[in-house]
Amino acid sequence: MALLQIAEPGQSAAPHEHKLAVGIDLGTTNSLVATVQSGEARTLTDELGAAMLPSVVRYQAGGITVGADAVQAATQDPSNTLISVKRFLGKTQAEIEQSYGQLPYDFCEDNGTLAIQTEAGKISPVKASSHILGALKARAEKSFGNQEILGAVITVPAYFDDAQRQSTKDAAELAGINVLRLLNEPTAAAVAYGLDSGQEGIIAVYDLGGGTFDISILRLHQGVFEVMATGGDSSLGGDDFDSLLVDYFKQQTGVSVLSPSVLRLFINKAKACKEALSQYAKVNVVLEFDEQKYTVEVTREKFDELAIPLVKKTLRSCRRAVKDAGIENEEVLQVIMVGGSTRMPLVRSQVESFFDKEPLTSIDPDRVVALGAALQADVLIGNKPDSDMLLLDVLPLSLGLETMGGLVEKIIPRNTTIPVARAQEFTTFKDGQTAMSLHVLQGERELVDDCRSLAKFSLKGIPPMAAGAAHIRVTFKVDADGLLSVSAMEKSTGVQADIQVKPSFGLSDDQVANMLKESMSNAKDDMQARMLKEQQVEALRVIEALEASLAVDANLLDEVQLANLKAEIAELAKVRENAQQPSDIKAAIEKVDNASSEFASRRMDASIKKALTGQSVDNI
Amino acid sequence: MRYFELFAVPVDYNIDLATINKHYLELQRTVHPDRHANASARDKLMAVQSAAEINDALQTLKHPVKRAEYMLSELGVDIRAEQQTLQDPMFLMQQMELREELEELSSASDPDTAIANFEKQIKQLNEQYSAQLAEQLASNNEQQYQLAADNIRKLKFVYKLRDELERIEDSLFDD
Repeated sequence: MALLQIAEPGQSAAPHEHKLAVGIDLGTTNSLVATVQSGEARTLTDELGAAMLPSVVRYQAGGITVGADAVQAATQDPSNTLISVKRFLGKTQAEIEQSYGQLPYDFCEDNGTLAIQTEAGKISPVKASSHILGALKARAEKSFGNQEILGAVITVPAYFDDAQRQSTKDAAELAGINVLRLLNEPTAAAVAYGLDSGQEGIIAVYDLGGGTFDISILRLHQGVFEVMATGGDSSLGGDDFDSLLVDYFKQQTGVSVLSPSVLRLFINKAKACKEALSQYAKVNVVLEFDEQKYTVEVTREKFDELAIPLVKKTLRSCRRAVKDAGIENEEVLQVIMVGGSTRMPLVRSQVESFFDKEPLTSIDPDRVVALGAALQADVLIGNKPDSDMLLLDVLPLSLGLETMGGLVEKIIPRNTTIPVARAQEFTTFKDGQTAMSLHVLQGERELVDDCRSLAKFSLKGIPPMAAGAAHIRVTFKVDADGLLSVSAMEKSTGVQADIQVKPSFGLSDDQVANMLKESMSNAKDDMQARMLKEQQVEALRVIEALEASLAVDANLLDEVQLANLKAEIAELAKVRENAQQPSDIKAAIEKVDNASSEFASRRMDASIKKALTGQSVDNI
Repeated sequence: MRYFELFAVPVDYNIDLATINKHYLELQRTVHPDRHANASARDKLMAVQSAAEINDALQTLKHPVKRAEYMLSELGVDIRAEQQTLQDPMFLMQQMELREELEELSSASDPDTAIANFEKQIKQLNEQYSAQLAEQLASNNEQQYQLAADNIRKLKFVYKLRDELERIEDSLFDD
């Protein structure tokens, strides 16, 4: 009798089996998870049928609560209930206080990074985000009978800078999620709409969420979503409209100093009032606390009057994005509305008059981003090998280096299509200078102080030369996730320095690894076993990928090269079977990797040549 | 002329942008990292590099100054990293006057009109200096290449003015 076959965890038994991948919208106010089933994207719900998971985490000595239950506790336990932490990602305490004023949290530092003191200890925004992501992952696994999630596309505001993107990716790693791609929220929304309608032409995506605003201008053409320009404000959203109402309540009641729990009450009432005003012309807000009771009347007119400066601010970003895209307003065929805050009638009417077009709202603005992310996850995991969908996104904010006098020299301008690599040469300022410190910045302003500082690193060991004689080549690379790495090299000597840009207030790779270790229930052995398993799966993936390539393109190598590569592959297969140490497999993978580099490069060249064969060229 | 070859278009300063864009998308469909999401680490890295190179090639060919500099460097005259300044007092004088005018734009009584007028001047200069470039770059003549180099240097000044103007417009938007 034939034995039944069972596949290794983390890999599918059959090559064409449907692989489980999800799209996650990690929102300021609510988060969602979606997946593609039978060709259709749908959001996954909890036991009670709710798709939206409030992005709220409560930390008590006894445990962690995520979602609706945590929201319930917000007023009684404001300082342990973290709300809208997405706004804190990649930020310093000073920046947070400047942007958001009074908050009911006890900010502190944990190993040089921002954290919030709670009953369950110091919690960083990255950690809180990882708990939200973890809850969504658990929900997805549960709805598929505990099948493993092989990968996820996680959305970020298009206008997120490098520090905020890196923090999001760190959070996903902490939650044990394999990130297939960080995807910009407006691009995700465009995918959800675009694939539905098969539309061609230029579209604008206006995305006003709980804490962030994005505007993206895209060109759709035969399955390609090409972002032409993007703009926005990573700290402008529904929360800011709430805080305008909170200020109005304070003014009307004459109560200006609020305890954390009364502040939370005011914010909750403001949110409810704002939402009600989308349907009613007038709302009476009852504020009851500390044995006092106030009633504040808010008309839609009054609210519009308070809100209009913020809405106008979003329109200025729209104008700039349209200009950056090199088009006129009239060329925009469709405007897509995304994010809960686009339910505000004022927002709709202002956007409509700006683009002179009635905006599209046919897909639920709260779910459209997660649906788009799920569609891309499905393609990336390999469930749709024939899909011709391709997303070409851009860098939202210029990247540069500090030069003499506190000025910023731009290396890669905003709205450059990613991935991108750009190099620039610099020289020494003083005779005999042997080191150079490099300060990497992101932003549009000329002065260092007005831009976001991403990282500082130094290139040491430059041989003493006259001022201006050294040639230091600094290379910026931005990958398809929009994440930056920087390297610097002195050309005559080859002295080199590299940095994976991690913000000074973010997490280092070691910190992430340590947090991962801490979060694992058991000590070294578990970790070791898990890492060994991971390396075995990775080795098999490498072997299978190479064998598949060799089956097609072996003719690109001569006999000796082919024999060498095959020998290395066989060696890796042996090590994979027998090794006890994950590092041994890792080393064998690296060897195969190096042996295959020439092959990989020839294959890429061949496919580039093939892509345009048949194109008529008159005189090359 | 690698970049022209890459996009399968003839080597000519006057480019056919529509064809380049079309071929660009076809190339990205082949090399983009999303198309290699399940490949080995080496193939993924290769995909990122190739996609970045193709993006860079497109940016270079699309931008009138970068395209000219690139073509000239392929012809053996590389002025992309030069430190030397332009020796044309008349031109430099004109540039200084334009800079002064630029600085006064934001305080003009009607900034919108002032900006529009300035934009027109820049456009004229742009046309003036780029008019002969196509011929010069196709001339196969060293002396013509040097004239092209001078035109490119002047164009760079014009584009700097344009960038500055954009910055000023942006700051007016932000008020």
